[in-house]
Amino acid sequence: MDAKEIFDKLKSVFENGITDLKVDIPIDPYIAVSSDVINAVSLFLRDEESLQFDSLSCLSGVDFDKDNLAVVYHLYSFALNHKVCIKVILPKEKPEVNTVCDVWATAEWHEREAYDMYGIIFLNHPDLRRILCPEDWEGFPLRKDYKVQEFYNGMKVPY
Amino acid sequence: MGLLNKLDNRIEQFESGNIIITSVDKLLNYSRLSSIWQMFFGLACCAIEMMATSASHYDLDRFGIIPRPSPRHCDIILISGTVTLKMATRIKRLYDQMPAPKYILSMGSCSNSGGPYWEHGYHVLKGIDRVIPVDVYVPGCPPRPEALLEGLLKIQEKIRNQSTYKKTI
Repeated sequence: MDAKEIFDKLKSVFENGITDLKVDIPIDPYIAVSSDVINAVSLFLRDEESLQFDSLSCLSGVDFDKDNLAVVYHLYSFALNHKVCIKVILPKEKPEVNTVCDVWATAEWHEREAYDMYGIIFLNHPDLRRILCPEDWEGFPLRKDYKVQEFYNGMKVPY
Repeated sequence: MGLLNKLDNRIEQFESGNIIITSVDKLLNYSRLSSIWQMFFGLACCAIEMMATSASHYDLDRFGIIPRPSPRHCDIILISGTVTLKMATRIKRLYDQMPAPKYILSMGSCSNSGGPYWEHGYHVLKGIDRVIPVDVYVPGCPPRPEALLEGLLKIQEKIRNQSTYKKTI
């Protein structure tokens, strides 16, 4: 199945929860999904007979544009050998989205990384701590407006 | 006799028998610099060069330099690689656990000054000398084993010129 067919299938089930399909772009086509249905959409993508997305290849955070962050899910089906890219776009003031740990266990550390680097809050995540930066680090380093702190534990940070 | 060959210009040897005269400092320094125990500690790609130096081709063992698993056994710590701020707190702690006299060799651009991370590496400490005192800096990215050996010989040189009594450390 290609992105268009998957989009149509999702659209017929979730209607307004599926917001957009981008096909003619230089990167992989993607389907934009509203943040409040991501859990149901994930379960549907995994369990539906004609989709069977049994593997979450990658989950990443993105500083999407001036007002939005995004979470990108790259899915792959080993059973049916097809793939799809899902994006959830979140406002910067309140970047909250439900976790998909319970659908694909792989997501746990990926979501921790997205939280660490972009400050995206994954609701109902079992263990949402920073994964790379120290726990008492200030700010989220991969945001475009990030300013590095002057000192960390008495050590000067900038050169 | 290995000791006599090493010390030949610093001792007086009597024709007749097994008596030698030297100073306590020279004897102690010779002993110390011939068994510099190194902390079993590697950080990044420099650690690969450090391992290559320990392996058979360059053979650090011939200088009496062997890796030890506990900081309490060690004389020297080779800071071999990028020191992140998260790791810097741990390194400080390991350094504090080492018994004096202790020596630090900073290996490679990253631990000397931050290296390629000096401007945009928000997570990297810009030089290990901001946290612990360094005796020898070895430049390179990463340094070749020969360069690391040269740095270790400089450490030996430093030990040779120290005085146990006068405490010039």
